Amino acid sequence: MTEEARRETAEQAAFRAHCKAWLKDNLPPRAAFRLPLSPIEIATTEQLAYLCAWQRSAHRAGLVGCDYPKEYGGGGRRGCQVVANEEMQAAGAPFLPNMVGLGMAGPTLFHHGSEEQKRRLLPALLSGEEIWCQGFSEPGAGSDLASVQTFARRERGRWIINGHKTWTSLAHFATWMILLCRTDKADKYRGLSYFVVPIKEALGRGVTVRPLVKMTGETGFNEVLLEDLVVDDGLRLDEIGSGWNVAMTTLLHERGAGSLVTPASGGKRADDPSSVGGAAGLVDLAKRSYRAGKRVADDPVFRDAIVRILIRQQALDEASRRTQVPGLTDHPMRLPLQHKLVSSELLQDTARLACEMEGMASSLYLGDDHAPARGQWPLAYMNSYGFTIAAGSNEIQRNILGERVLGLAKSK
Amino acid sequence: MAQPRNFGFGEEEQALKQNARRFFQERLPVDVLHRRVAHDPDPMRRPECLWDEALWGQVVELGWTLLAVPERVGGLGMSAAAVAGLVEEVGRAAFPSPLIATLQATYVLAACDAEASSAASGLLRRIAEGTPVSLAITDRRGSWEASDTDVTASGSGSVTLNGTAWFVQDARKAEVFVVKARSAAGIGLYLVEATARGVTIVPDAIVDLTRDQAHVVLRDVVVSADRVAAVGGKGEAALQAAEPAMLVVVTADMVGAAEWQLQTTAEYARTRVQFDHPIGFFQAVKHPLVEMMVRIDEARTLLYSAACAIDHEPEKAEILARMAKAAASDAASYCSGRSVQLHGGTGFTWECFVHLYFKRQKHNEVLLGDGAYQRMKLADKLIGPIGIGGGASW
Repeated sequence: MTEEARRETAEQAAFRAHCKAWLKDNLPPRAAFRLPLSPIEIATTEQLAYLCAWQRSAHRAGLVGCDYPKEYGGGGRRGCQVVANEEMQAAGAPFLPNMVGLGMAGPTLFHHGSEEQKRRLLPALLSGEEIWCQGFSEPGAGSDLASVQTFARRERGRWIINGHKTWTSLAHFATWMILLCRTDKADKYRGLSYFVVPIKEALGRGVTVRPLVKMTGETGFNEVLLEDLVVDDGLRLDEIGSGWNVAMTTLLHERGAGSLVTPASGGKRADDPSSVGGAAGLVDLAKRSYRAGKRVADDPVFRDAIVRILIRQQALDEASRRTQVPGLTDHPMRLPLQHKLVSSELLQDTARLACEMEGMASSLYLGDDHAPARGQWPLAYMNSYGFTIAAGSNEIQRNILGERVLGLAKSK
Repeated sequence: MAQPRNFGFGEEEQALKQNARRFFQERLPVDVLHRRVAHDPDPMRRPECLWDEALWGQVVELGWTLLAVPERVGGLGMSAAAVAGLVEEVGRAAFPSPLIATLQATYVLAACDAEASSAASGLLRRIAEGTPVSLAITDRRGSWEASDTDVTASGSGSVTLNGTAWFVQDARKAEVFVVKARSAAGIGLYLVEATARGVTIVPDAIVDLTRDQAHVVLRDVVVSADRVAAVGGKGEAALQAAEPAMLVVVTADMVGAAEWQLQTTAEYARTRVQFDHPIGFFQAVKHPLVEMMVRIDEARTLLYSAACAIDHEPEKAEILARMAKAAASDAASYCSGRSVQLHGGTGFTWECFVHLYFKRQKHNEVLLGDGAYQRMKLADKLIGPIGIGGGASW
């Protein structure tokens, strides 16, 4: 359903016209190579260069960071990022590669950074010149994030950091890392501090990035070893000991529940026959797939299953609009905190159903010439577990919803 | 046309909803409701019609029956969004009344009235004054297809109705029925007083304690020409035109009732202690409660979207309303099951209030077609009919 022409401010309407006009002529040419399905799957420098060129160009045209102040490299507008996102999505623009930067580090810097930190870091973050990654999880600190052991020791006004971060998407391309680490071993929560760390310049000098191979066979995330890494105190965000509070800002935005609308585009090109992942693609697939000699689109069992997905997709698409009407939600965090849970499970169920529809053909993977949609659905299905696990597993999301929204006793 | 960003929920709509919630909190707390409708647990009890007529009088005075009646016939002509918000509170209170039946009839009559039916406009004026009305549009098999009926209409000018309308909602509270009947010219709609000669209301013994239901037997019931609301296929068209709004009304009731189930069960999980913890501490209890919330919110978002489409984007109203009803039916089923299960042994007893909502939801689930039925209808629209290529994209 088009968002266009729903009641909006004069600034939003004019900006929408600008977006449309610019996107009409400035989408990048189709890539000659396979593009990843999401930013966390960027594997090659070729993919990265293509996507970064797109982010730079969209930023220069004012579509990325529109609501950030101009002195931080933004557009100084109000309520316009949501418009730009809608228009980029509608135009089938590629996604913006600096996902951790735009979605997590940017809002965190904006809320907790010093004036100097914001002026220095936000412009290159928004343009995509500097890629960001997130140093939160550790081998021993997953769902129980506050138990991180990476330790920053204060020494002559600087910090010496040692530890082991993992599941670090984009670390192999990143200039910066947002880092949650321990500065006091005696206090689980108030012993945490938050830094922004220039990891690229320290590669080989205290920072080691090692790729991890996902169950799909792709790389895309990493483990990062920090060994006696020296970090200037000017790269600490907020107070010593307030790291957990700062990390909550990051996590809220990571889960789509933050106060800032973060720049994003869908990354699906309407004219790309291999474009998968969305619920709308299911109907098309059902018309092209056969089971027991009959079109899947004529099978009542699959028709019911497809419509179930379309209903969930429609509700998800409209949920953010409802969030903006206070009288239509009883608790302000009720819908925002559901977003990550609902969207990741929908993605997973969509991909699973697509594989079922493909039947035997779903056994064919990326390297097979006969694979429908170039093997993207089995890939999307496996990758969907990244979304149901990452950013706080959905089990943790259910705990948070039960505790914060329904007031249930905290699970240990 | 496009939808407003706030789903059409302005200050007036919010105020209506808030006032309704306060009204029920004061006048119909759940223990009062239970005393009124659940005095006899006997499963073989005779069908009863238990409701508070004085409370209904107050509802009429508040103007709730006026809301959906078009302004041209003395109503307020308020949006479907306003009605949805109000009915959510009706569902949350499990209010036994002919309000939902009357609202549905209002939408059907308004669709007839749009075709310049003086019979329909006459009855709409009476609804505006508080007359309860119910639709008698379902056959013995419980079909919700606009073309199905077991009632026939014969004669021209003044017609004679024969047959039985089944599954008529709140039939003993209604003063007038809008009867669907087939004549040689097609499906028509005929207005019949509950007290008219030849009308017999046979109450059904139903599970739900918060409403009544009956089959209405019509034997040579004479309907004068000025009580014919639609003839010659126009009855079918009016029912189809009104269907999104009818679905929205039932969906709103379900969403409100499900929210009561969620909040009541969450409260129990916050206070009931076992193994030295309130049971909500345990994820086996916590996670199903969150799942209730997620499913309610899915249905609720679709409800507002569908209501708003009726007001601003009618070409999408049917699809969105069926999506909303499907989601709400499934959410209601899940929430009903969990509300009993998570209350443990006490949830299984007559004295625990959750059974009132469990039963109302079970009834709501099948009204106007359950989730599977709505999805079957949606598949024809979104995928295309079985065996035929194509299928509209939307």
